[in-house]
Amino acid sequence: MKATPLSNCERRFLLRAIQEKKVHPPFLAPFPKPFPIPFSAGCSRDPSRPRGPIACRAWRTNPLHMCVRVRVFPQRLDGRQCYDYRNIRVSFGADRGCCMVELGRTRVLAQVSCELVPPKPNRPTEGVLFFNLELSPMAAPGLEPGRQSELLVSLNRLLERCFRDSKCIDTESLCVVAGEKVWQIRLDMHLLNHDGNITDAASIAGIVALCHFHRPDVSVQGEEVTVYTPEERDPVPLSIHHMPISVSFAFFHQGTYLLVDPTEREERVMDGLLVIAMNKHHEICTIQSSGVVVLLQEQILRCTKITAVKVAEITELIHKALENDQKARKEGRKFGFAESISNQRITASKMESAAVDTNDVEEEAGEIIAKADPPSEVFATPVLHTPGTAQIGEGVESSWGDLEESEKEEAAEEEGESEAAAFECEKVETEDTSTLEETKTGEPIVLSDSEEEDVVILEPQELPRKTR
Amino acid sequence: MAVELEGGQCRLRPFSCELGLLSRPDGSATFLQGDTSVLAGLYGPAEAKISKELPDRAALEVLLRPKVGLPGVLERSREQLLRQTCEAVVLGVLHPRTAISLVLQVLSDAGSLLSCCLNAACMALLDAGLPLAALFCGVTCALQPDGTILLDPTARQEQEARAILTFAISSSERKVLMSTTKGSCSVEEMQQCLAAAQRAATTIFQFYRDSVRRRYSKS
Repeated sequence: MKATPLSNCERRFLLRAIQEKKVHPPFLAPFPKPFPIPFSAGCSRDPSRPRGPIACRAWRTNPLHMCVRVRVFPQRLDGRQCYDYRNIRVSFGADRGCCMVELGRTRVLAQVSCELVPPKPNRPTEGVLFFNLELSPMAAPGLEPGRQSELLVSLNRLLERCFRDSKCIDTESLCVVAGEKVWQIRLDMHLLNHDGNITDAASIAGIVALCHFHRPDVSVQGEEVTVYTPEERDPVPLSIHHMPISVSFAFFHQGTYLLVDPTEREERVMDGLLVIAMNKHHEICTIQSSGVVVLLQEQILRCTKITAVKVAEITELIHKALENDQKARKEGRKFGFAESISNQRITASKMESAAVDTNDVEEEAGEIIAKADPPSEVFATPVLHTPGTAQIGEGVESSWGDLEESEKEEAAEEEGESEAAAFECEKVETEDTSTLEETKTGEPIVLSDSEEEDVVILEPQELPRKTR
Repeated sequence: MAVELEGGQCRLRPFSCELGLLSRPDGSATFLQGDTSVLAGLYGPAEAKISKELPDRAALEVLLRPKVGLPGVLERSREQLLRQTCEAVVLGVLHPRTAISLVLQVLSDAGSLLSCCLNAACMALLDAGLPLAALFCGVTCALQPDGTILLDPTARQEQEARAILTFAISSSERKVLMSTTKGSCSVEEMQQCLAAAQRAATTIFQFYRDSVRRRYSKS
């Protein structure tokens, strides 16, 4: 599949939309007390404000203490404000450690699994963490399977820094036998639909899956390690110190305009991207700036403040989702992806467990077998001549004769020659003759008289005489 | 060999499906059979690479992605089975020199995965609006050691079974499009499983019909 490139007129439209501010119709609002000189965001652009010094003073000393305000906000294509996130929806699967996160229309699936492995030689008492994000070919038309694009590498690197370097998982607790066996925790993320801001969606999916996952319980007695199945002992959750969540900021027009949580269209026209991963304790886990934008210090500080607010909201949402799932499992209610499909939607439909009548399959099957042709004659067991050579059915006419002739007609290069020779060898075997002189096919067939072409004939090796 | 059935009734697990849930692919569907769920996304008919295009019909490509790890030999063989089934029903001659890519992602595996993939693939083809000669559905049968037939087995039932047979059944006259077997069974047992699968297919096609009718009920 080919990705459609962005046309120039669409690019101009997107950049213009970000630049233009939509002016809301003016409305009356009371002054805040005490009475300051009104310099609110919209007043200077208010066309209805009287101009001129006397008129101004008169307006400011208006006994009604009313100010004509206008609201201005940039125009995002989906109607959001510049600091708004899209709707985040977290749903869990039936397996532990499986979750799906929808950030607007961007969808990421995450699965955590574990395995007992020998530890890394320089870290004998720590568990091993492995993170992998895959861009599924269904996520966007331009994504080819198996091609390691720059985007994939940069996303993987960023997520690794966000989870591994921030030490959000306690790796010491994953050690079972120091130097011999530790838990390897593997986090696989798949991007299912690309509508922008893969980083944030993947970071939320990753941390939710890690929090949701329970590993099997293990007991060590001397040298013996016993891994208990879920039926024997309840699995144990991972020890997670904090939850790093990334927030992305897209910059446009050389850093003049800033949008949080860019969609795919906005990402295509942005100048630069700033990703800040933070936890709810306001600790920055990762910060990365990319693109061709030059940022000022106060811009970055403002972004960190916005991040703190957003991370608090998202962490709240994650905790609620985890609690709901935990409650559903404990109370024995149904859980899994089936429950997250809402029956209210017209695009979703459900069917309860249906019974299938299989009363007379026996008779039906018997009829079919009776009507069917009898199976073809089964050959006797193969005759083994020597190791590597066997024969089924003696005296059967070899149909390879036709193939060999057509091969001879086409062949002019070495491969054709040796293949034809090989076929002829096979024919020799099946016809039960032992003359091997026929293996030499003789003169090569010259197709062109050109002196540039160098035809080299590889003589087929003499096959050892087979004893019958 | 006498085959005993559980009082003459086999049960399919509760099904659910959602159509058109992804915004980028041309057609998408998720199909759930009990706890097994597969998400299918379809792009096509779209421009094909010169190396892959066929002069007289559409080139169909199927990709099956497991949840954990890289796709291996099992996924490749399942991709081939799915591709052959889809090629049998998709009217590719209406779109020559184009490519149709079907990508399936395993969301959870609790038994009968191949038939869930087949069902998800058919729903995605329907959602994308591709011209089809017939619909198809997947049914898995498990033959237990004592000869009982179980339809739509769970993972545990699959492990204990003597043979697992998966059939792709077409909607026109319930013909068999594809069949794959793991384990050993006699010819009679295979025919009995096939007959049971054809009965189950009727229920599944009715579910397809209801889903699509519901989807387009307000337009």
